[in-house]
Amino acid sequence: MAFYVVQFLTGLASAASLFLVASGLSIIFGVTRIVNFAHGAFYMIGAYIAFTLTDRFSGAFGFWGGIVVAAFAVALIGVLVEMVLLRRIYHVPELFQLLATFGLTLMVQDLVVLIWGPDDLVGRRAPGFKGAVDFFGQAIPSYDLFLIVLGPVVLGILWLLFQRTRWGVLVRAATQDRDMVAALGVNQKWLFTSVFAVGVFLAALGGALQIPRDAVHHAMDLRIIVEVFVVVVIGGLGSIVGAFVAAVLVSELNAFGILIFPKISIILVFLVMAVVLIVRPWGLFGKPEAAARRTPGLTVNPWRPLTQNERLGALAALIVAAALPLFAGNYALTVGSEIAIFVIFAVSLHFLMSVGGLASFGHAAYFGLGAYGIAFLAKMAGLPMIVCLLLGPLLGLMGAAVFGFFAVQLSGVYFAMLTLAFAQIVWSIAFQWVSVTGGDNGILGLWPEKWAASPSHFYWLALGVAALVTCGLRIAVFSPFGYALRATRDSLLRSEAVGINAKRMQWTAFVIAGTTAGIGGALFAYLKGSVFPDNLGISLSVDALVMVLLGGVETVSGAVIGAIVYKALNIWLVSQTDLSKLVLGAFIMLIVVVFPKGIVGTLEMLLQRRKPLAPPGPTILAKPIESAE
Amino acid sequence: MRARNYFVGAAFALLAGGMAQSAMAQDIKIGEINSYSLLPAFTEPYRKGWQLAVEEINAAGGINGKKLVVVSKDDSGKPADAQTAANELVSSEGVAMLAGTFLSNIGLAVSDFANQKKVFFLAAEPLTDAITWSKGNKYTFRLRPSNYMQAAMLVEAASKLPAKRWATIAPNYEYGQSAVAVFKKLMSEKRPDIQWVDEQWPPQGKIDAGPVVQAVAAANPEAILNVTFGADLVKLVREGNTRGLFKGREVVSFLTGEPEYLDPLKDETPEGWIVTGYPWYSIKTPEHDAFLKAYQAKYNDYPRLGSIVGYQTIKSAAAILAKANSTDPEKLIAAAEGLSVPSPLGEVTFRKIDHQSTLGAFVGKTALKDGKGVMVESAYKKGSDYLPGDAEVEKLRPKD
Amino acid sequence: MSVAPTLLAVEGLTKSYGGIHAVRGVSFELRAGEILALIGPNGAGKSTCFDMLNGQNRPDSGHVRLLGEEITGRKPREIWRLGVGRTFQITATFATMTVRENVQVALISHEQRLFNLVGSAARVAREEAGRLLELVGMGGYADRPCGELAYGDLKRLELAVALANQPKLLLMDEPTAGMAPRERIDLMRLTASIAREKSIGVLFTEHDMDVVFEHADRIIVLNRGTLIAEGSPEAVRSNPQVQAVYLGEGLVYDARHREGTPA
Repeated sequence: MAFYVVQFLTGLASAASLFLVASGLSIIFGVTRIVNFAHGAFYMIGAYIAFTLTDRFSGAFGFWGGIVVAAFAVALIGVLVEMVLLRRIYHVPELFQLLATFGLTLMVQDLVVLIWGPDDLVGRRAPGFKGAVDFFGQAIPSYDLFLIVLGPVVLGILWLLFQRTRWGVLVRAATQDRDMVAALGVNQKWLFTSVFAVGVFLAALGGALQIPRDAVHHAMDLRIIVEVFVVVVIGGLGSIVGAFVAAVLVSELNAFGILIFPKISIILVFLVMAVVLIVRPWGLFGKPEAAARRTPGLTVNPWRPLTQNERLGALAALIVAAALPLFAGNYALTVGSEIAIFVIFAVSLHFLMSVGGLASFGHAAYFGLGAYGIAFLAKMAGLPMIVCLLLGPLLGLMGAAVFGFFAVQLSGVYFAMLTLAFAQIVWSIAFQWVSVTGGDNGILGLWPEKWAASPSHFYWLALGVAALVTCGLRIAVFSPFGYALRATRDSLLRSEAVGINAKRMQWTAFVIAGTTAGIGGALFAYLKGSVFPDNLGISLSVDALVMVLLGGVETVSGAVIGAIVYKALNIWLVSQTDLSKLVLGAFIMLIVVVFPKGIVGTLEMLLQRRKPLAPPGPTILAKPIESAE
Repeated sequence: MRARNYFVGAAFALLAGGMAQSAMAQDIKIGEINSYSLLPAFTEPYRKGWQLAVEEINAAGGINGKKLVVVSKDDSGKPADAQTAANELVSSEGVAMLAGTFLSNIGLAVSDFANQKKVFFLAAEPLTDAITWSKGNKYTFRLRPSNYMQAAMLVEAASKLPAKRWATIAPNYEYGQSAVAVFKKLMSEKRPDIQWVDEQWPPQGKIDAGPVVQAVAAANPEAILNVTFGADLVKLVREGNTRGLFKGREVVSFLTGEPEYLDPLKDETPEGWIVTGYPWYSIKTPEHDAFLKAYQAKYNDYPRLGSIVGYQTIKSAAAILAKANSTDPEKLIAAAEGLSVPSPLGEVTFRKIDHQSTLGAFVGKTALKDGKGVMVESAYKKGSDYLPGDAEVEKLRPKD
Repeated sequence: MSVAPTLLAVEGLTKSYGGIHAVRGVSFELRAGEILALIGPNGAGKSTCFDMLNGQNRPDSGHVRLLGEEITGRKPREIWRLGVGRTFQITATFATMTVRENVQVALISHEQRLFNLVGSAARVAREEAGRLLELVGMGGYADRPCGELAYGDLKRLELAVALANQPKLLLMDEPTAGMAPRERIDLMRLTASIAREKSIGVLFTEHDMDVVFEHADRIIVLNRGTLIAEGSPEAVRSNPQVQAVYLGEGLVYDARHREGTPA
């Protein structure tokens, strides 16, 4: 019995730190609608600064003072980030802010290594909380007890802050209705800044408090950020109490789950999230989002198919690309193939995002399933390459059909999170089911057959498929289906009122996007000659998002350019420097601030202004829509 | 140079600046790949090691009179990126061979690439047994003692312990799973009387140490096998110390004696764990002294195991290139098979049968000295003594 | 006018939210070609009632029948397929499409071509869309982006969209809200003439009594969720209960006093 009590308390202690970070994220999202990907980065900086301070200043005062000062210092950094970066982009679509904070996260990962060095740092134990308390023969670390108390205390303070202060009332009001606060004549700028500061403070405090238990290292952020997102979503976005309950729920399920299924913790949180979202689409304590208001920043000028001249321009660009083997070497061709494959991947997500209005955070799942489909067919069934290429993506199709069915029942951030959960579940299966998938060692030896083996042949294959897929999806955009799908995005109410079953349209779009991604994955498997769980991982899903947003989510085919630019830059940077994340992160942030419409979206805007000159350059595969701001 | 024009038609001024220094035609180039950005804690000492080796080799006249150049690339911790890098090194840098890698999956990806493109590959650090056995190929050699070898070394010591009730804690992925599997198999062969009472499989890098420690303690084992490392290990040790998990229990732990993993633990280093590792401070051989002195003189820092591996990778590669006196991969393989080269840890041989080197490891016990973790009672175990018999290896490895 | 068949029959419709009756036992009928106004003060339950008719909202009890077929609690899209067009109090249109495309989407749906992935939507029912736009006087705006339209034009566009499935019944929730007085009259006249010509039944809610009394064949009055009066405009106007409800609001007056408005 004592054991179960202690296990329960241990779970509570884990929940406390999770709650601190999650509550910060939840508050920020609730008010500013920013999906703050950099929350983990602030958590990490909090830990690093606290490490330095507690190491420098001895004694109890040095320790606790160091923790608090670190959290304040990071909150100050947060204020700076909010004022310099985020303020410029509140008006752009939600996902762009995610992109900006993602860029920030990349930079921070390299920066902490530059500042604090590459080694894991082990900080001091908390003075007065070094030992353990005996509980019927079971030891409970006293620091755990401290955390167990701290969690509810912070919850209480936050509650008082929100219930009893004018600031709190404003924050709650803004969480419910942003426009209303603006109408109240409140200085929204400073409300947002202060909320961001509080959220970041909590994240940094959560990080700083890890010092006595954890090692401080440069990958801490990614290790917590996904879990924190999950907790926030389970609890209900914007709900502090929800974040607390969800943190406790997840931690306790983990604490007891490992007694029965020791291998469960790797997917547990995602299973819980998937179940919660299916049963309660707005999380445990969340409220249904207000009736879909028009997405801010939506374009006003309608899409249209390419004109004759633009088609010729695109064709010319394709011909130029196809001529690459005439003057480029093997490496360039292989990189070209990789870029072409990522074009396929990016346009598939772009179709779902721009036409369907559904931003999937787990699109790599279908890319990876396509790749694993190839691996299974080629290695186990021994089928020829052409058959594999045709059948492999079907695994992506099946995955998309099953997961998509549940995912399209939700919308917005909840949709994103459910897709993320599904992707993580698939990833975990690939990662852990070593006997079938080879685990993280992957499946090797999937090289293309002779007819496609030479770099130039494979390049033509990849380029051809990419061109076909891009054209196919463009046709779909302008097909009756594409219009009906866009109708569900523009106005759910109206589309339903003209007989359109939105869920079925979205589900179909999800399956199309998943299958297309699977085609990309299938080619990728042959390009690399192997598949790994990486092919379905979060970072690949984020890559796809970045490519789409970089190209311009409001364009028809901006993802083509987004994929080319991002992938080429990425490959080049990784090849040239160990600090590729620093440069890439800065580049992404720059793009977001300077070209919030993405590269193609911005080009279109410029062309529109200079109409009727508008020469369709070779880079304009995508087609104009223009927006009035 | 033309190969760099991989992004035709794009308005990308950055690219133009991307010309790397090109080497002289008569230089011999080795293409080196590792997870520099993902795992700087391990790859920085490794890089210092191979840089020292390059310096020494060129100071001694290079390889048959030609200057050795190592072109190094980051793989950002992803197999796919490692292959892109390998491709760049082979296709556009024209390297004579590939070397490096840390993570097992990346090692395997590059090994598969090498096999496909018929390029010689010397894997430096990946531990997976697959790279020389189940997925071994004729183009791939591996330097560091494998998972199996480390397990065999630990089993030798562990089987002498009186403990009969064992629990395991390992990260839940291929490395952790196969480490536990090999350890259990070898252990059960030597000690049919032992019982496996609990196993914990925390996710790699995300251990929730409190509940794990608590769960293991509840099973009340007499001994524990640990395979976690890095930040997970730190958390596990801290929770275990506080909760008294290790009190009165034997712990056997993979790799924990390597400075990379032991040093961060500082004054929390648990005492008496049986570990594999690299006690650079207590190795008293002339070969090692020479290395240690040179390393400390150049970097004003002590070596980690990665330094040894990096150093020896390039030293071995140079020896292979020198013996083959050619960059033809077939000749390199012929030269490498059975080649013996000196190393700071004594002579190392690349076995013909499975292309595994006989580099060994130290087995010893952890101890606290001046608030720092050290390995004591350590002894060097030669790799050749901990590999299965030839007949078994033949069965494990596909025919070329 | 001969007696038309009963198009819509509502019987004992009830809905409550947390103990408060929003709509209580409302029953009425609507015949083909008839224009029926649903009026009542704010909070009388008009919108709730309306939403239950086209499936946005599910009644606690009661029945809604369309040409004798039970449609209670069915989804809006199913009810639309049975020939019920709808416009919203706050317009709902497809902002990223042109005016014509807005109508075309409705026509695509009507022609059951929603899952056609390869055709060109621009060519689907282009003439029909143009005709509908001409009908509501939007012909000249066909290629304008919908997002640029003035509010009055959006209302007319909604009407065109609502007519796309050749409805038997039009449900119009405050069709003239937010429009200038002149536009209101025009829009309702247009609606009335289309409805009479095609024998479409129209049920609309409205605050503007000018509009109501000019165009409605019949009026039903809702107060606090209950139907308190039903009848011709004259009968309703003289109903003392209605007068009491509207007393002080000054809303019930003879439309004829307004200049330029013929009886």
